[in-house]
Amino acid sequence: MTGSFLKRNPSVPVVLGLLLLGTLAVAAMAASGGLSTSFVKTLGMTLCLALAALAMDLVWGYAGILSLGNIAFFALGGYMIGMWLMTARTEIIVAESLAGQAIPATPQEIRDAVGGQIFGVVGSADFPAIWAFSGSLPAQLALVVLVPSLLALVFGWLAFRSRVTGVYLSILTQAMTLALALYLFQNDAGLRGNNGLSGLQNLPGLSAVPQATVSLWFLWGSALALGLGYLLCAWVVSGKFGAILRGIRDNEARVRFLGYPVEGFKLAVFTLSAAITGIAGALYYPQAGIVNPAEMMPIASIYLAVWVAIGGRGRLYGAVIGAIAVSLISSFFTSGKLPDLDLGPVRLVWVDWWLVMLGFSFVLVTLLAPKGLGGLVDLWTQRRRPERHGADLGPDTGAFREKEAEA
Amino acid sequence: MNTLLEVSGVSVSFDGFRAINNLSFHMGAAELRAVIGPNGAGKTTFMDIVTGKTRPDKGTIRWGEKGISLLGLSEARIAREGVGRKFQKPTVFEDQTVRANLLVALRNRRGPFAALWWKPKPAELERVDALAETIGLAAHLDRKSGELSHGQKQWLEIGMLLAQEPKLLLVDEPAAGMTVAEREKTTAILVEAAKTRAVVVVEHDMEFVRRLNCRVTVLHEGSVLAEGSLDHVTSNKDVIDVYLGR
Ligand SMILES: Nc1ncnc2c1ncn2[C@@H]1O[C@H](COP(=O)(O)OP(=O)(O)O)[C@@H](O)[C@H]1O
Ligand SMILES: [Mg+2]
Repeated sequence: MTGSFLKRNPSVPVVLGLLLLGTLAVAAMAASGGLSTSFVKTLGMTLCLALAALAMDLVWGYAGILSLGNIAFFALGGYMIGMWLMTARTEIIVAESLAGQAIPATPQEIRDAVGGQIFGVVGSADFPAIWAFSGSLPAQLALVVLVPSLLALVFGWLAFRSRVTGVYLSILTQAMTLALALYLFQNDAGLRGNNGLSGLQNLPGLSAVPQATVSLWFLWGSALALGLGYLLCAWVVSGKFGAILRGIRDNEARVRFLGYPVEGFKLAVFTLSAAITGIAGALYYPQAGIVNPAEMMPIASIYLAVWVAIGGRGRLYGAVIGAIAVSLISSFFTSGKLPDLDLGPVRLVWVDWWLVMLGFSFVLVTLLAPKGLGGLVDLWTQRRRPERHGADLGPDTGAFREKEAEA
Repeated sequence: MNTLLEVSGVSVSFDGFRAINNLSFHMGAAELRAVIGPNGAGKTTFMDIVTGKTRPDKGTIRWGEKGISLLGLSEARIAREGVGRKFQKPTVFEDQTVRANLLVALRNRRGPFAALWWKPKPAELERVDALAETIGLAAHLDRKSGELSHGQKQWLEIGMLLAQEPKLLLVDEPAAGMTVAEREKTTAILVEAAKTRAVVVVEHDMEFVRRLNCRVTVLHEGSVLAEGSLDHVTSNKDVIDVYLGR
């Protein structure tokens, strides 16, 4: 809590420097034709996932709340930007096709035609009420932050106020996510049901710009967002606010009896995490091209937690390392480029077996190396772990375990 | 003497078991009080009730000059009113340094946004140094508190309470698990603290209570059995029967 920002956060210059160098290197290689556009997109998306993992670390690693709802905020961010992308691009296409008519189309006719185009797949032609602002980029950008934050605020207020903690809170957040996914699967929800929003990689008015260029824009955008997100999170966790969050994680009662409104702190960090995750989603889905409710299924929530766990929770760079490492390895195994292994009775299909391997490594990391990949940094900075004879650092369920901590 | 805390007719039951039974208790503004009683007498539960952790079934708790009711206030709100509490087991933030523990405890605005923008002022850092001196941890300010010995953690928790600047300090078995030398130091800290505020100490150890040299309340089965000087209560027949004679 004392000392300069850099002294409190020695990882900041390292992470930002590596991020800049990495992005520059990728951009240079892509410009010289050494990298495919789809790979550049994969990298850009990976940076967005790292940002989401960072926000997950904020709630789980620092405040001890294992939120399985963050993936909902991620998808909602994607939906909010997707609504504008689809509307604006369809508007341009419709305007072009109607331009040849003798009598110019009225704005209402254009709006109806756009609605027919977008909602035809779900047997409707009208814009649902929630698309009211879809024609305005600033409005939808604001909603990228506001919708996830508001959901987090309302849900968090209800959950924290009744003092639900630990596993029950995790289950509750998972239930929220599942309920939202199931709701969005319905066509009546107004977000095109299981079709989701698609064609998001095509930026309105920029159809002349090749995807190779767009992918680089998004790579830089994602890197910038991750860098700023890292700075913000580092600032939040290294001050008194962060000290109180860690206090809540390890020993909530002590914080309460010091006079701090624990619920207020949880609500603040949960909402902040939702806002950051929403932004990450809004940058991710235009690169992915499509967002649909399947993105919010329980497996996705687990993924987020696994990245943070494998990276090492409670250290911001751990979340970044975990997300980048796991999702890159994951896309390597699931790319289909790896030849299947014929082992006689079983045939090792990597696309299928990768998840098994991931689950297995998750178990191994949790049991054997709770500090995760981030713990490798400790070898270099020579950080020691405390000798506590197996005792956790607090009575609460989210408390740091002996092996996660630093002496 | 003006009243700081007035507990009257408080009862609480857990699943039909009366842990506190029509308890009345009174504290002045700068008073040191020892509360003794056998295991299960309801000493910790009494603290739970005053600090808002447990809601009593009946009775009233009046606080301060205005006599506001503490019933129905949240734990955090009661703490902000000026009630500090030390738990039976030492509870400090083990993953954080001694300095951070004390800084977090320092009295100031408690909201999340105030915490976000908070920066230690030179006066606050000095105050932390002074507190560390008081509790004998000046040499350990930059160590993680999880590394401290059991006794040092108890002192740190007392230091955190002092940093909070409460009007009333509730201290639950501070000397448990301490060496003789540590106990003496703990006594000194508590006696010093009680010069400017009210302090209630729950303790088992008679020698410790004797050194506190203060008024003693004996709890038994959830109500007050006797009250007065240590010599007075230890010569009380009921007290000898239920507590000392065992
Ligand atoms: N939350 C609770 N639920 C059920 N019984 C409790 C609870 N808290 C305390 N008790 C019971 O109340 C009695 C008083 O406990 P306590 O106040 O801890 O005693 P002391 O601190 O004097 O040793 C004990 O019999 C204990 O079992
Ligand atoms: Mg007790």
